[in-house]
Amino acid sequence: MEKRVVFNERWLPYLLVAPQMIITLIFFFWPSAQAMWQSVLVEDAFGGNSKFVWFENFVSLLSDPNYYDSARLTLIFSALVASIGLAVSLLLAVMADRILRGASIYKTILIWPYAVAPAVAGVLWGFLFNPSVGIVVWLLHGIGVDFNYVMNGNQALLLVVFASVWAQVSYNFLFFLAGLQSIPKSLIEAAAIDGAGPTRRFWDIVFPLLAPTGFFLLVINTLYALVGTFGVVASLTQGGPGQATNILVYKVWNDGFRGQDLGSSSAQSVILMLLMILLTFVQFRFVERRIHY
Amino acid sequence: MSRILLSSVAAVAVLASAHGAAAQTEIQWWHAMGGNLGETVNALADQFNKSQKDYKVVAVYKGSYTETLTAAVAAFRAKQGPAIVQVFEVGTATMMAAKGAVYPVYQLMADEKEPFDPKSYIGPVYAYYSTTDGKLLSMPFNSSTPVFYWNKEEFKKAGLDPDKAPTTWEEVGEAGKKLVASGVKCGFTPQWQTWTLIENYGAWHNLPFATKDNGFGGTDIELKFNDPARVKFIGMLADWIKDKRFVYGGREGKSTVMFTSGDCAMHIASSGSASAIQAALGVDKVGIGMMPYSPEVKAQPQNSIIGGATLWVLKDRPKAEYKGVAQFLTFLSSAPVQAKWHQETGYVPITLAAYKLTEESGFYKKFPGRDIAVKQLTLNPPTENSKGLRIGNFVQIRDVEDEELESVWSGKKDAKSALDEAVKRGNELLRKFDSANK
Repeated sequence: MEKRVVFNERWLPYLLVAPQMIITLIFFFWPSAQAMWQSVLVEDAFGGNSKFVWFENFVSLLSDPNYYDSARLTLIFSALVASIGLAVSLLLAVMADRILRGASIYKTILIWPYAVAPAVAGVLWGFLFNPSVGIVVWLLHGIGVDFNYVMNGNQALLLVVFASVWAQVSYNFLFFLAGLQSIPKSLIEAAAIDGAGPTRRFWDIVFPLLAPTGFFLLVINTLYALVGTFGVVASLTQGGPGQATNILVYKVWNDGFRGQDLGSSSAQSVILMLLMILLTFVQFRFVERRIHY
Repeated sequence: MSRILLSSVAAVAVLASAHGAAAQTEIQWWHAMGGNLGETVNALADQFNKSQKDYKVVAVYKGSYTETLTAAVAAFRAKQGPAIVQVFEVGTATMMAAKGAVYPVYQLMADEKEPFDPKSYIGPVYAYYSTTDGKLLSMPFNSSTPVFYWNKEEFKKAGLDPDKAPTTWEEVGEAGKKLVASGVKCGFTPQWQTWTLIENYGAWHNLPFATKDNGFGGTDIELKFNDPARVKFIGMLADWIKDKRFVYGGREGKSTVMFTSGDCAMHIASSGSASAIQAALGVDKVGIGMMPYSPEVKAQPQNSIIGGATLWVLKDRPKAEYKGVAQFLTFLSSAPVQAKWHQETGYVPITLAAYKLTEESGFYKKFPGRDIAVKQLTLNPPTENSKGLRIGNFVQIRDVEDEELESVWSGKKDAKSALDEAVKRGNELLRKFDSANK
C-alpha cells in the first residue's frame, strides 16, 4: 500500500515549500554569502577604500595565538554547557515524570525560564552574583567562599556556563519529558515484574528508548552553546576578565561591531560556520549510528 | 458630526505638516545620549529649531556609542545616513580613515561661510579632534576628563582631612591604609581603567602613549605605554589589592556603583559622572579634586586628556542640509548653550567663553569642584604627549589593555609582562590598521 502522499499537481509541492525556501535564502544564505565575500576584503568602516586580499584575514587569524585560546575556550565551554544542560534536564524530566501530585505546577515552573531571553538571563545572574551587592555572593561569603566573577576568570566562566545552562534547561526538559511519556508503560511494567529495579529499568529500557530525543538535543545544545549563548556573555562578562569568557561568537561580534573590523569578523564567522557544520556532521555520522529509532 | 470634525482636524494636520515639510529642511542627528542626557540633547535641538525657521534638527537616540556608530555605518552604506552622528573619541581614527564618508568640520564651515574661530576652544578639547596643522575635523560635543572623587564622610571617620584630597599617589596609598583600617571596604577604584590609569596617567606625566605624537603624525606607529613609570604604577596598584586599598570593579563605568554605594572611599572617574555622583551621595559628601600624580616621574603634572564624543558630519546628504548643519554647529558651540550643557551634565565646556560664563554665574561656588576638569585640561599648554590620542583599532586595543590589566589584578601576571604583552598585541592591531588604510 502506498503510504506517501502523491501530488498530481506538478507545481504545487514547489509552491508549498516556497515560503520556507524564500525565508531560508533571504535570512540564511544571503547573509552567509555576504559574510564569505566580506571575509576576503579589507575596507574601512563605511565601506570605502575596499581591497580584495584573498585569504589574508584568515591567515592573520590563524597565526594569532589569542584566536586559538578563544577556540579552545569555546570547545570547553560548549562541552560544559551541552553536557551539564542535558544531564540536569534529564534528571529533572525523570523526576517530573514520576511525580503524582502537583505535577503540572512542577512542570510549569520548570518551563518558565525558557520565556527568559539569554540576555535577560545574563542580567539576572549578574544581579545575583554581583561582587558588591549580589545576594548569592553574600551567602557564599557567609560560608567562606570569596566569589568575584569580575576578577576571577574561572568563576566568570562557571557563572556564564550556569547561566547558559539555566536558560536552556527548560527546552531540554520539555523534549525529555515528551520522550519519557511516549515510552510504553507496558515495557517498564513488564521489566518490573521480571524483577528489574528502578536503576536497571532506567538504564536498560528508558535510556535507550530516549536516545533519539537525546541525540536531537545534543545537536541542538551544541549549536546553542556555540552561538546562542552570545546574549549571556554580552550581558554578563563581555568576554572578560582577561579573556576568560571570550568565546568565538562573542569575538565575532566584538571585532565586527565594536571594533568595526568587518573583514576579520566575517572571516571568524565563516570559520565558526564551518566548525558548526563539522560538529553537526560528526554527531550525525558517529553518534546517530548507535541509536535505534 | 464628530466624524466630520475628526476628518477636518486630520486634513488640517496633514496640511500643516506638509507645509512644515516644504518650508523646513530636516537634519538627522543620531546620538548616544540616553536618560537625562538625552533629554538635555532634545532640549538643545528644540531650542535650535525655535531659534530659526529654515531647518529642523531631529535628534534620534540610537543606543550606546558602539550601536550608534554601527547604525550610522549601516545607514551610510545603504545611502540613508544621518547628516550628523555622535562618535566616541576612540572612534576618531576610524572616522578619519573613512575619507569618503566624512565631511571635515573646518571644510564645512568654510564652504558654508560660517564664522569659526579655533582659538575660542579649550586647547586639549580642540586638539584631540584636529589635524596636525590645526584643522578641526569633528565638532567637540560632550568632552570629559578623569577627575578624583573622594567620600568626605569616610575621610573624616578615618581621621583624614575631609576637605583635602591626596595630591600624590603616595598620599593616596597612605589615605587608603587609614581608610581600610577605619572599616571602609575598599580604598580606591578607578572607572574606565585604560583611559584613567594608562592613557591619562601618561598625559598627566608627559609620557608618550604611542610614537609619532601619539598617532597624530601618521598610522605607522607603535605603542609606548610599557615604560618603567607605568610598570611601577600598575605594580603598585596590584600590591594595594592585597590589603583592599585598591579594588577592581570591572571595565568601563561599572566600578562607579562601588563609590556611590560607599564601598570605596576614593574614585577616579569622568568629570561627566559628577552630577550623577553628587546626586547619589549628596553634594556635601563628595569632594572633587585633581588626579593624583607621581612626583618622582614628573615634578608637576602636565595636563589631562579628554574622553567623550564629537559630532561628525557625514557626506552624501542633499546640499541644502549642510547650511543648516553648519548653523547648528555654530549654535552648539555658542557660550550660553555650552554653559548650560556643562552645568547640567558635568561635561566640560568646549569654549573658554562658556567656562567664564559659568564662573560668573556663581555655579562653581554652589557646586564646588565642578571647575576641576577645565583646570586640569588647561593646567599647561598641551605637549605632543598630552594633546590627545589618535590610535587606529583603538576599541580593540583598549580591550587588550583591559584584558592584560585584569590579568595583573587577578595575580596571573606581573605588571611588566602584562604591559609588554599589551603593547605587543596592540602593535599587531596597529599594523593591521595601517595596512588597511594605506
